[in-house]
Amino acid sequence: MMKNCEYQQIDPRALTVSPSSAQIHTVKKVQRLRRKWEVFPGKNRFLCDGRFILARQSGVLPLTLGLIIVTCCLFFAFDCPFLVEHLTVFIPVIGGMLFLFVTISLLRTSFTDPGILPRATPDEAADIEKQIDTSGSSTYRPPPRTKEILINQQVVKLKYCFTCKMFRPPRTSHCSLCDNCVERFDHHCPWVGNCVGKRNYRFFYSFIVSLSFLTSFIFGCVITHITLRYQAGKSILQAIQESPASVVELVICFFSIWSILGLSGFHTYLVASNLTTNEDIKGSWSSKRGTEDSGNPYSYNSIITNCCATLCGPMPPSLIDRRGFLPPDEAGPAASTSEIELPPFAAKNGTHMCTQSTKDVLERMVHSSEFQGLCPPGIPKTTPLGLEGSNTAAPSTEPLPSAGCSRHHACHSVVTPCPPFSRSSRRDSLHSINPAFRLASPSPSLSHTTLILGDAPDMGFILPREHPLTTGEDEES
Amino acid sequence: PAETFHNLQELRHSASLANKIFIQRDYSEGTTCKFQTKFPSELESRIEWTLFEDTVKTLNNYYAEAEKIGGQSYLEGCLACATAYLIFLCMETRYEKVLKKIAKYIQEQNEKIYAPRGLLITDPIERGMRVIEICIYEDRGSSGSSSGSSSVSGSTAR
Repeated sequence: MMKNCEYQQIDPRALTVSPSSAQIHTVKKVQRLRRKWEVFPGKNRFLCDGRFILARQSGVLPLTLGLIIVTCCLFFAFDCPFLVEHLTVFIPVIGGMLFLFVTISLLRTSFTDPGILPRATPDEAADIEKQIDTSGSSTYRPPPRTKEILINQQVVKLKYCFTCKMFRPPRTSHCSLCDNCVERFDHHCPWVGNCVGKRNYRFFYSFIVSLSFLTSFIFGCVITHITLRYQAGKSILQAIQESPASVVELVICFFSIWSILGLSGFHTYLVASNLTTNEDIKGSWSSKRGTEDSGNPYSYNSIITNCCATLCGPMPPSLIDRRGFLPPDEAGPAASTSEIELPPFAAKNGTHMCTQSTKDVLERMVHSSEFQGLCPPGIPKTTPLGLEGSNTAAPSTEPLPSAGCSRHHACHSVVTPCPPFSRSSRRDSLHSINPAFRLASPSPSLSHTTLILGDAPDMGFILPREHPLTTGEDEES
Repeated sequence: PAETFHNLQELRHSASLANKIFIQRDYSEGTTCKFQTKFPSELESRIEWTLFEDTVKTLNNYYAEAEKIGGQSYLEGCLACATAYLIFLCMETRYEKVLKKIAKYIQEQNEKIYAPRGLLITDPIERGMRVIEICIYEDRGSSGSSSGSSSVSGSTAR
C-alpha cells in the first residue's frame, strides 16, 4: 500500500516495544546469510560471488593473457590479410579457432578449483588426534606424523597436514602459496595464476598443447609471410620493413615455442605414466629408490588407459562448496553485534521509494540515535534467499570485517527487500517483500519499511525463482 | 519398542549430541573414493553390523559408479574437450548426477534406519569426501539399544 511507503524519520522512542534482550537476539538473527567463500581459510580470491576461484597471487596471468592476445592480434592484423590473399582463407579461421581454444582453456585453468580439500572440522581433527594418541607434552610441536597404508600392495606414506589438520589423502599436497591441500597436486603455475590439480589438470594440459599448436602455427605463418614477400623480389630487410609486426611475433613465438613445446612433451609423458609433476620431481616412484616393488601404484600399466583416465575421466565435483550458505550459528557470535543489519526504511511517497540513495540512508542512520535497537524484530534466522541470478557486481568480495566499517558493508550486503507496492518501475519490482522478513513491530511505518539500495539494479538481489513473490504479484503484507 | 526419535527434525533440534565418529577412507585400491567398512565400536550398541555395512557398501558402489572410467566417461570427456569444456557450464556431469542419488540415499537411510536409532549420517561431500561423519545422539531412555520413552523429551537440551 502506497501510504506505507512514506518516509518517516524513525523515532527511537517508538521502538521500545520489545525488550532489549529480544532486540539483541534479533540483531544476531538478521545477520545476512554469508556464503562459504567469504570465510574460506585459504589464500584464494573469489570473483562473482564465489563463482570463480583464483589464487591470491595471480602471478603472471595478466602477462600470459597479454602475450597471447597481443601476438594474435598482430597476427590477424598484419599477417592474415597478406596470407589470405596469397594462400587461403582458412589461415585466419584456424588461427581464430586455436586462439579461442587457448584462451578458454587458460581461463578455465585459472578460474577452476584445482581440487582443494576443505580443512578438517574441529570434531574431525579431534578424532584424528585421539587416534594418533600423542602422549607427549603439548608444549612442543610433535614430530611429523605419517601413516602407512597399502595401495595396490605397495606401501605409501600419508603425511599429516598441520594446517588442514588431517592426513592428506594419497597424491595430495599442500600448496604453500595458496595455503590449501590440493588433490592430485601437480604444481602451482604462476603463468596461470593457480594450482594445477585433479580438477583442472585436463584444462591445463589442453592449454599447453593448444598453445604449442598456436605458437607453431603463428610461427609458421609468419615465416611463410616473410618468405613470400622475399620471393616476390624484395630483400629480407624490405620485407621486414613492410611488416614490422611480423618480427615481433617471430620473436615472441620463437622464445615461447621452446618452453611450451618442452612443457607439452613433459606433461604428455606424465599423463602417459599417470604421474604428477610433484611425484616426478620428488622421485617418489623411481626405480632408484627402494629395492622392492617401487612402481607407480596408480598407473594402469597401459599408456592409453593412463591418458584416458587422466584426461577423459569423470570430472570430480568441487569439494569446497563456495557458494553454499553458512549456517547462521557459524557466522560467528562475535561479529553479530557489530554487523548491524540496517533497519528497513520506508521511502518517500512510494514512487521514489527505491531511488533513495544508500548514502542518504546511511547518513540518516548515522545521525539518528540508538541504532542498535532498530533492527526489526521477528526476522527469522534462516531465510534462504538464494542470491542467484544477475549478481554482477559482488558488493563485498572480502569477508565482512567484524568491527569497524560494518555499517557501510552491511548496507551493501543487506538483503532486506522492499515491499512490492509501486510496481511502476523495473527497479521496484526487484524488491518484493519476503514474507519471512515481515515484522512484528507495532509501528506501521516499520512494518513495510525496507532499506533502499540506491544502486539497486546493479545489486541485483533477486529472490529465488520459486519464491511466490518473484512472479510479480503485488502481495499485501 | 517405542521409537525415541520420530523424524530427523526431532533428532536435530531436540536431541543432544553425544558423540561423533568418523569413518575414514579406504585407499587400498588407489585414490578412488571408498570408505572403510570396519564396524566402529561406538556403534555396537546402537545398530546392527549388517545394516551399517550395507550402507557403507552401497555408498562405495555409488562412488565407484561415479568414478568409473569407461565408455560413457570417455564420451563425456571427449565431448567436453571438443567444446573447449564449455559444455560443463550447461550440462550436469555424471558425477554430479550420482552425487544427487547419493544424497537421496543418505536421506532415506537416515529416515528409515539411523534416526530411529539416534544416529545421523552426514553426506561425505560435506566433509570433503574424506570421512563419513556419524553423529550419535544421546539415548533418552535407559542404556542399550532400546529406545527410551518420549516423555523425557522436555528435559533434553534444546
